[in-house]
Amino acid sequence: MSLDVPTRPPSTPPAPPAAPRRRGRRALSGWLYATPTAVFVVALFVAPLGLVLVMSAARWPLLSGFRGWNFPDNYAKAVDNRFFLDSVVFTVKYTVLATVLLIGLGLGLALLVQESTRWKGLLRTSILVPSALGLASASLLFYVLYSPLAGPLSPLMAELGATFLGTPNAALWSTLFLIVWRYAGFYMLLMLVGLQGIPVEVYEAARMDGASRWQLFRHVTLPLLRPTLALTTVLCVTGSLLAFEQFYILTKGGPDNSTISVVQLVYSVAFQGQNDLGVAAALSVLVLGALVLVNVLQLRAFRRPEEGT
Amino acid sequence: MRGVRGRSARSRAAAGAVAALLLAVSACGGGGAAPGGGEVAQVGPDGVDDGATLTLWARDSLETQTNLLVDAYNATHQNKIEVTIVPNDDYVAKVGAAAGAGGLPDLFAADIVYVPNWAEQGLFQDLTANIDGLPFKDTLNKGHMSAGTLDGSSYVLPFVLDLSMLFWNKTLFAEAGLDPEKAPATLEEFADAAKKIQALGKPDTYGTATGLNCGGCLVFTWFPSMWAAGEQVMNPEGTESLLASDTATEVYDTWRDLWASGAVLPSSQDEAGPTWTAGFNSGKVGLQPYPATLLASVQQTVDVGVAGIPGPGGGASTFVGGDGIGVSKDSTKAAQAWNFLAWLMTEDAQVEVLAKNNDVVSRSDLATNRYATSDPRLVTINEVAAEGVTPVARNFQQAFNAPTGPWLTLVREAVLGPGTALEQNNEEITAVLGQ
Repeated sequence: MSLDVPTRPPSTPPAPPAAPRRRGRRALSGWLYATPTAVFVVALFVAPLGLVLVMSAARWPLLSGFRGWNFPDNYAKAVDNRFFLDSVVFTVKYTVLATVLLIGLGLGLALLVQESTRWKGLLRTSILVPSALGLASASLLFYVLYSPLAGPLSPLMAELGATFLGTPNAALWSTLFLIVWRYAGFYMLLMLVGLQGIPVEVYEAARMDGASRWQLFRHVTLPLLRPTLALTTVLCVTGSLLAFEQFYILTKGGPDNSTISVVQLVYSVAFQGQNDLGVAAALSVLVLGALVLVNVLQLRAFRRPEEGT
Repeated sequence: MRGVRGRSARSRAAAGAVAALLLAVSACGGGGAAPGGGEVAQVGPDGVDDGATLTLWARDSLETQTNLLVDAYNATHQNKIEVTIVPNDDYVAKVGAAAGAGGLPDLFAADIVYVPNWAEQGLFQDLTANIDGLPFKDTLNKGHMSAGTLDGSSYVLPFVLDLSMLFWNKTLFAEAGLDPEKAPATLEEFADAAKKIQALGKPDTYGTATGLNCGGCLVFTWFPSMWAAGEQVMNPEGTESLLASDTATEVYDTWRDLWASGAVLPSSQDEAGPTWTAGFNSGKVGLQPYPATLLASVQQTVDVGVAGIPGPGGGASTFVGGDGIGVSKDSTKAAQAWNFLAWLMTEDAQVEVLAKNNDVVSRSDLATNRYATSDPRLVTINEVAAEGVTPVARNFQQAFNAPTGPWLTLVREAVLGPGTALEQNNEEITAVLGQ
């Protein structure tokens, strides 16, 4: 952002008459250029963030608004919530599984559609199409697919005597399946961009030195794909830690409160019963802190060794 | 090397931007505080009908009734009402956000079990003086009126009553050798009938169904069994749970036995609410405690009988649910809004709209209207309504309706789980109620 333009007020007494006026005009136009961005950043990011911080330090029931300060209480209540630990453990478990699956599958699919030539276009498109669907719509689609009452798979479920969302593990894997279906194409695309950014000459040189396929992948593709892997992992981990729609729609935290993600806990504290925006905001701030920490650590880990010094 | 390093820096910037965006999204949600609201203007018993445009919110469970009522009102009045129907699950969030931001509609309906809390939070304007002016005040549904009264002031009127009744499929009853014209008189007979229908062995047909992952459904359909046997579910203040009583245990055991014997629709186990009535509606379920507001639609597909919900050893009761309606604290057209509420209580609205649609009327003096008497099922519903209960507790939503609430934990443990932690789970409900 270019906010560090000199900002001398135009009324300053002019020493040589021409120069300051020009500088003043330049400063003004600099401010004008920066204003739209600044307005958006303040209105859409700084103001809501400030509001959440205020809420988290205040007694703030959903239906009646600000009711005085109570600083550490909300944080204590947030941590004492009977689902806090369960939801953290579940969210981390879900994040690890989703990230491994999506990054692995994304890379695999990218290598696949990069290699094959004949069906490349069709293959890429068909893997990418689910990404055009909103996550909430996709969740609703799978809600019907998984429904033992109305779903097309209900005869199968009746035969097996099991349902897709009936047990904690089944619910977790059914949700993961939805996420993989929805996002694999997106991560494939990111990987594909990364792969195509690797110069062909490097491969040629390696091949001339007699590198095998595996060696090519291990010592050329992976190191040169590092920035892409960093981006996709950060995206995937951040997205998974903030998982909400899929669980809100598919499982509602069930069965038996086994699939409550942290953001879902925030929602349920705010809107489903306690109706306490203060505690919900405190939870949000904790999630925010954890996310910043995780992202910093991730970017550190992906930095090249020689860059680290 | 340079190229790689440059790309890495760029992707880090991109990742940072994405993270910032996500943070901004997670940081959203809220609104300012705007307490206030005023007295409904004193403008005569019928309010003002001057062509004002009013807004009204209701949840989708009562969409049919809301639209019928508003269409009838708009057709006969100069005031015009614009309806917004909100999905059931999002209603509290929407009302909460609007209340914080001072953006509530002129009129809004509220699940009657939430009304005590919402009235206490000041979401409704005080209607005591207006309601006192109604000549038929004493005939208004007692359960709804007491839920909407706080410290002697009244805030809501009954909008639509929704009673839980035992519905049975007469065709399936006949096939199973049961008397299709006679309702099970006890919870034991109910279980027996469900098992007999299950024993028919018809494909995709089950004895009964419920929503074992839907706290609201279970409150609505199982509490009446306890009331029918003379038991209470909470203390009168609504701060202590009595759901580990012998009667309550009998109710859970009956369902536990039904579930174990395979007489319950299997999808009931995970049913969180959206399709808990679908099995009966499509004729695949023998008998089920069911919302009476759905009688009009269910009788198009099923030959249905209606009775009160029996308890262990007999009796009959019902949960007098549904929605109350009031004038919001943010309304500047309270006099016009009262005009709608006053009309809502008239014979024109109660009989010619609600009763005509096979719904229960909110005024006991209109219970034996011409539509009700033409259908014996409606007479039954109106009779049982007088014995029904509307439970009142400030933390009702958190204890019973919330998907993560202790009541669901209790029922699932008692019916699907080992069934050994009843006392402990009951204390958990008391802890939430007492907060």
